[in-house]
Amino acid sequence: MEKFTTLTSRAIPLDIANVDTDQIIPARFLKATDKKGFGDNVFRDWRYNKDGSENSKFSLNNTDYSGSILVAGDNFGCGSSREHAAWALVGYGFKVIVSSFFADIFKGNALNNGLLPVQVSKAYLKHLISEVNADPNVKIKVNLHEQQISISSSKRFENFNIDPYKKTCMINGYDDIDYLLSKKKTIEAFENAVD
Amino acid sequence: MSKKTLFDKVWDAHVVDSIENGPQILYIDKHLIHEVTSPQAFNELEDRGIAVFRPNQIVATADHNTPTENQHLPIKDLQSRNQLEQLSTNCKKNNITLYELGHKYNGIVHVMAPELGFTQPGMTMVCGDSHTSTHGAFGTIAFGIGTSQVAQVFASQCLLLTKPKSLRVTVNGKLKNGVLPKDVILYIISKLGTNSGTGYFCEYAGDVFENMTMEGRMTVCNMSIEMGARGGMIAPDQTTFDYVKGREYAPKGDDFDKKAAYWKTLPTDEGAIFDKEYAFDAEDIEPMITYGTNPGMGIKISENIPNNKDASFVKSLEYMNFEAGESLINKQINYVFIGSCTNSRIEDFRVAAKYIKGKQKADNVTAWLVPGSKQVETQIITEGLKDIFDAAGFELRQPGCSACLAMNDDKIPQGEYCVSTSNRNFEGRQGQGSRTILASPLVAAATAIAGKIIDVTENIETLEFA
Repeated sequence: MEKFTTLTSRAIPLDIANVDTDQIIPARFLKATDKKGFGDNVFRDWRYNKDGSENSKFSLNNTDYSGSILVAGDNFGCGSSREHAAWALVGYGFKVIVSSFFADIFKGNALNNGLLPVQVSKAYLKHLISEVNADPNVKIKVNLHEQQISISSSKRFENFNIDPYKKTCMINGYDDIDYLLSKKKTIEAFENAVD
Repeated sequence: MSKKTLFDKVWDAHVVDSIENGPQILYIDKHLIHEVTSPQAFNELEDRGIAVFRPNQIVATADHNTPTENQHLPIKDLQSRNQLEQLSTNCKKNNITLYELGHKYNGIVHVMAPELGFTQPGMTMVCGDSHTSTHGAFGTIAFGIGTSQVAQVFASQCLLLTKPKSLRVTVNGKLKNGVLPKDVILYIISKLGTNSGTGYFCEYAGDVFENMTMEGRMTVCNMSIEMGARGGMIAPDQTTFDYVKGREYAPKGDDFDKKAAYWKTLPTDEGAIFDKEYAFDAEDIEPMITYGTNPGMGIKISENIPNNKDASFVKSLEYMNFEAGESLINKQINYVFIGSCTNSRIEDFRVAAKYIKGKQKADNVTAWLVPGSKQVETQIITEGLKDIFDAAGFELRQPGCSACLAMNDDKIPQGEYCVSTSNRNFEGRQGQGSRTILASPLVAAATAIAGKIIDVTENIETLEFA
């Protein structure tokens, strides 16, 4: 897993609540057996019109916006457990998703793929979206050590929560398998005790 | 001793170890896998040179991507075929039991596992599928996981997790005729919204759930994730024990009695504290339908769509081509789907058949009935339900996830409405541009007969649907 410490980037706004994983990556793209290529189809049915042309109104297609931070509405990532959603966002180039609320399974999947979910207050999210809308060149800084997000234009910042274990994993690029394998003996002892 | 919830008891019995200021290591009894979310996990293990730790605690089935016609023929879609072949290869290589396409026990993972007795009270179960919450109907901690976690369970039979908070939803009273378990859960989600359960594990309590069959309890627990809860549970009781007893992989003889004695200790202690509680009155529940693009956007079938200025709400109605304030009664519907891990068990088809018997499907409707498993399919035939469906013009297809997520060819066309017994009405869920209206098998059957949405309560005076 890639390490994550700090990131300063422009952001792409996606001011829609309840973005479900079927929108992030529709089911018809789940037939692959590796993790590659999902980025091409992230938000597929919002990015493209019925006739296959690009939907210029969708923020990812708006050339004013760019960057590796997605600023999304409340309850991001609800629905299916498909980790393909996290692979698609990472594949597209996102490193941070900011929202006022994340669905459980998505949040875990993101963290397991080096994609940092930053949960902020509703008020801060609103401010962030309006700042990015007002000036798409505004820079957002995410500092994982300090657990802080800030905006270059308004200088407003907010602290965010992250599970301390997951923070260590993100900073060092560790994943859970490494840890669990180191606990094999304890796990076997547990199995024997239960039998 | 402190009072414990059902969830506490099962969770605490599976904690292997705790990391200071961090998550716990939770032992997983049963791991269910299918073709879509497992291949990358197998690759991960292979890349790292790790063996599958406990292959005999894993059960595999092919369901998400399988065709529901001509299952005996090679699959036409090359990517789908490749994914199923990979599952077979991976299971063979790792000594994992697989109920592949065509096997007499093949079916949707959340239908076949309980049916075979793999699901038992007091267990921890996971699957790379968010509707794993279904198995909570047995008093089991069951939840969906991502593919990285599938790999973790392959490697260690454990997961690193922070214990979720507890939530209890109590529904007491007597359900009206025609109000089914699906209506109960759609009602609850419409009241609580799609994220009220996030971070929580939910227990359903009260006599409404106590009086439900196991099939009904599975329908309820199945949709826990639609209010954000990782899982839902119902206390095991005699109904549970009677269902489990005698199933192929259930404990037998003395072993069963010993296990049952333990299962009886699992219900929540009187006076145990939940982090959040809600209570509803059974009499207030009516047949439900959804009008929007998330499962929380549900109304009683007799109600009008609410007004809401919120941008996401407006966008949702725009997608559905509905207007705030309108009623859905008399809306023409051209597609009806009865199936999915929510409502594809024998009881669901009995309900549909009871309503359909002696009636004819409307000409404008394409009606697909997709059983949850080969065993359900066989039961539909032996109980004579297929004859009823055939005579009425319904199409009984072969088992699988089918039009619930439209990974196979069972897609609802662009712009069409589908009254569906599945669990998600997200944009394009049943095919690009499709519009899903979630409902019970009774409402779905009634829609197929009328060719439009009707207030089913006005049409069932002579029939009893409990």
